[in-house]
Amino acid sequence: MANEIQAFQDPGEAVHAPRAADIDPRAEKRAEQQVAALFGLSAVGSLLLIYSYIWIPDDIFIFIPVMGDQNAHQLFLGLGMAMSLFFLGMAAILWAKKLMPDTEVVNHRHEFRSSDEDREAFVKTVKDGVAGVQLGRRKLIKGSLAASLGLFALPPVLLLRDLGPLPGKELEKTSWKAGTRLVTDPGNRPILASDLEVGSVVQTLPAVAEGAERLLSDIAKDPVLLIRLRPEEFNLAPEKLAMTHDGIIAFSKICSHMGCAVALYEQQTKHLLCPCHQSTFDVTRGAKVIFGPAARPLPQLDITVDKEGYLIARAPFDQPVGPSFWERNSQ
Amino acid sequence: MTTVEKRLGAAANFVDERLGAAGWMKKSLNKVFPDHWTFMFGEICMYSFVILLLSGTFLTLWFDPSQRDVIYEGVYEPLKGIKMSAAYASTLDISFEIRGGLLMRQIHHWAANIFMAAIVAHLLRVFFTGAFRKPREFNWILGIILLTLGLVEGLLGYSLPDDLLSGTGLRITSAIVQAIPVVGTYISFFLFGGAFPGVGFLPRIFTIHILLLPGIFLAVITVHVMLVWYQKHTQFPGPGRTEKNVVGHPILPVYMAKAGGFFFIVFGVTAFLSAVASINPIWLYGPYTPGQISAGSQPDWYMGWLDGLVRMAPPLETHAFGHTVSWNILIPALIVPGIVFTGMAFYPFIESWITGDKREHHLLDRPRNVPNRTALGVMSITFVLISLINGGNDIFATQFDLSINQIMWFSRVSIFILPPIAFVVTKRLCLSLQRADRDLVLHGMETGKLVRMPSGEFAEVHEPISAQKRFILTSHEQAPALELPATDARGVRRPGALKNKLRIRLSKAHAVAVPKVSAQDLKEIEHH
Repeated sequence: MANEIQAFQDPGEAVHAPRAADIDPRAEKRAEQQVAALFGLSAVGSLLLIYSYIWIPDDIFIFIPVMGDQNAHQLFLGLGMAMSLFFLGMAAILWAKKLMPDTEVVNHRHEFRSSDEDREAFVKTVKDGVAGVQLGRRKLIKGSLAASLGLFALPPVLLLRDLGPLPGKELEKTSWKAGTRLVTDPGNRPILASDLEVGSVVQTLPAVAEGAERLLSDIAKDPVLLIRLRPEEFNLAPEKLAMTHDGIIAFSKICSHMGCAVALYEQQTKHLLCPCHQSTFDVTRGAKVIFGPAARPLPQLDITVDKEGYLIARAPFDQPVGPSFWERNSQ
Repeated sequence: MTTVEKRLGAAANFVDERLGAAGWMKKSLNKVFPDHWTFMFGEICMYSFVILLLSGTFLTLWFDPSQRDVIYEGVYEPLKGIKMSAAYASTLDISFEIRGGLLMRQIHHWAANIFMAAIVAHLLRVFFTGAFRKPREFNWILGIILLTLGLVEGLLGYSLPDDLLSGTGLRITSAIVQAIPVVGTYISFFLFGGAFPGVGFLPRIFTIHILLLPGIFLAVITVHVMLVWYQKHTQFPGPGRTEKNVVGHPILPVYMAKAGGFFFIVFGVTAFLSAVASINPIWLYGPYTPGQISAGSQPDWYMGWLDGLVRMAPPLETHAFGHTVSWNILIPALIVPGIVFTGMAFYPFIESWITGDKREHHLLDRPRNVPNRTALGVMSITFVLISLINGGNDIFATQFDLSINQIMWFSRVSIFILPPIAFVVTKRLCLSLQRADRDLVLHGMETGKLVRMPSGEFAEVHEPISAQKRFILTSHEQAPALELPATDARGVRRPGALKNKLRIRLSKAHAVAVPKVSAQDLKEIEHH
């Protein structure tokens, strides 16, 4: 390249300029004092930490502008630690910058490629070694080695089998059965249909026997949202409308996208919003997805009332609730 | 000889007679490290990793990684009597009953954020200056591995306290695993020890978080740093610096003092942040239960872009033959990140294929002198930033009174449009900067002094730049594009015509440059 031939000459490194501390004894003295002062500040920080740990009680709050009320114990413990570390570092760096020799040094680089002789010798060593194994000639050993290595790989995988149960139909069922009462969460109280006002929304769970504990893995599938609208506000297919009771509609609260709790209800628009990824479901149209990444409506629970007027499930969910999975077999 | 010298000498003798250490120690202590402020990003990564090890060990002394139910009886009034996991209860105890416990928790969390931020800054520095080129491709790949592990380690770490926010993160993680075709459901059940949230997940990720991954980190970081040591650090171009040398301060004493001091500064700043800025106040979130959630649920920033991609994905799902495939999860959460990380890992080889350059490089590029690479980098940053903004769309919506739907649609469209625009704009900017360099060498620096010519016109006086500066602005190489004739010397068509065509096009785009000034050019202009 013509360009390269006429390149500018490398002028070499600029002449090294001495620092103040190199030529002026007073500047040198001053630098030394500065370094010592920084080490001193670090020591003060350590003392502050020790003092705060032992003598500042942990229930005193002090007001600091911008930050608001701060726990004094916590704050001074942290500040002491920060001071002790920060100034230690500053002192070392100032020392290096002002007093230690600052002339730059040149090292040389060498190409990483080995010499041709070395490479040839290496190839020969490997070839000789491999030839010594005689894998080509020993067909029987080769075959049995491959077989045993292949089998040897299985046990480690097999040993992990007991990490968990097989999924089975676990993801496809919930605790809801025909006749299960809906109870408030929290509170575990059954809900009288007549107590629900238009516009209200209640989080519910299936009733459990007195004193029984709920498993978290059930709470991950069972929550149901009850919403009461005016019956004429629904815009539902007849079979979906039949699953409501007197304007009360029930949906799984577990998002059909990634399983978060669909907890935000906008009363004006009658939209349910999932706070995780903003999938938005239209309650009046059977929780149809009107925005966001969810691909399916929230499953609707078929509800009615029992003889005493309490809300119950007429049937279990007709599809798995929550996020999709490979074995899921419905739209 | 003083007594101190005598004793040190005896100790050194003891070691050397057994290890023969004097030889390589002598060489190592004279090792030279070039100076530049951007070289400190990698140091920050290493130091915050040490901080993570120290503060993390402290936390393990009290943390109980168990999903066993307990009733909270600690000092924090609002949660008294509430059922929660032992993991969450012990995190509350560390925060409120162990002196310095909250400080250590905050140091651990802040250090994790700083660790990831420094990794990203270090990655960008290495990318934009071409430090990944031969012979440093291995180290580039190790860096990508560390970045990936960092994302996982961070996610596991903030999942451990088992608060409402972290449980929500795990719920999403389990949905991602579940979305993997064929084996997803099984993997999810094995990981969690049953249906989400399972019984075994926290103790398992605890072991992975504090033992397995830190061990791998330690090994990979060691190799990463040893390779820097062995291959010697790259340096920015300048007078006296060539591909054959390395100019800087020796390890002993200057570099050691500076690097050692810098560790304490990083630690000090982390401690200061932890003292004054609250991070992850888990007691406000409450214990995890799958039926609840808080509005504005956000992952840590380094996961935010992935969450943003998931949020903007179209609602696509396929139902066929009794099976479901969730493209709305698979594409944003697994396929796109897979492509991004694989592409990053292979980039050094892709670039060298395009340029045909197989030589060693130890002098760094000024980003403007490699417009294509710089533009590609800015394009990628744009992509991640749009995703990150969308990952916080609910926060942006409430803070700036915007509609979530508008932000989402903005992201969905601009994720395709803005990155290419960023590419073109950056490339143009780089070429303009090259032009400015050329002007500077040819015409010198503007002095701001105006003079009036005898003819009456005004002109600004320019001052020639120093020989050092001129060298910096012109020492880079401007390689021409690859030439790959379609036929070889005997007129036979080369195989892989389409591949060659692509390579030639890319190479041409890569070689676009404003011609740098030669000594000849300057002489000519001086004659005028």
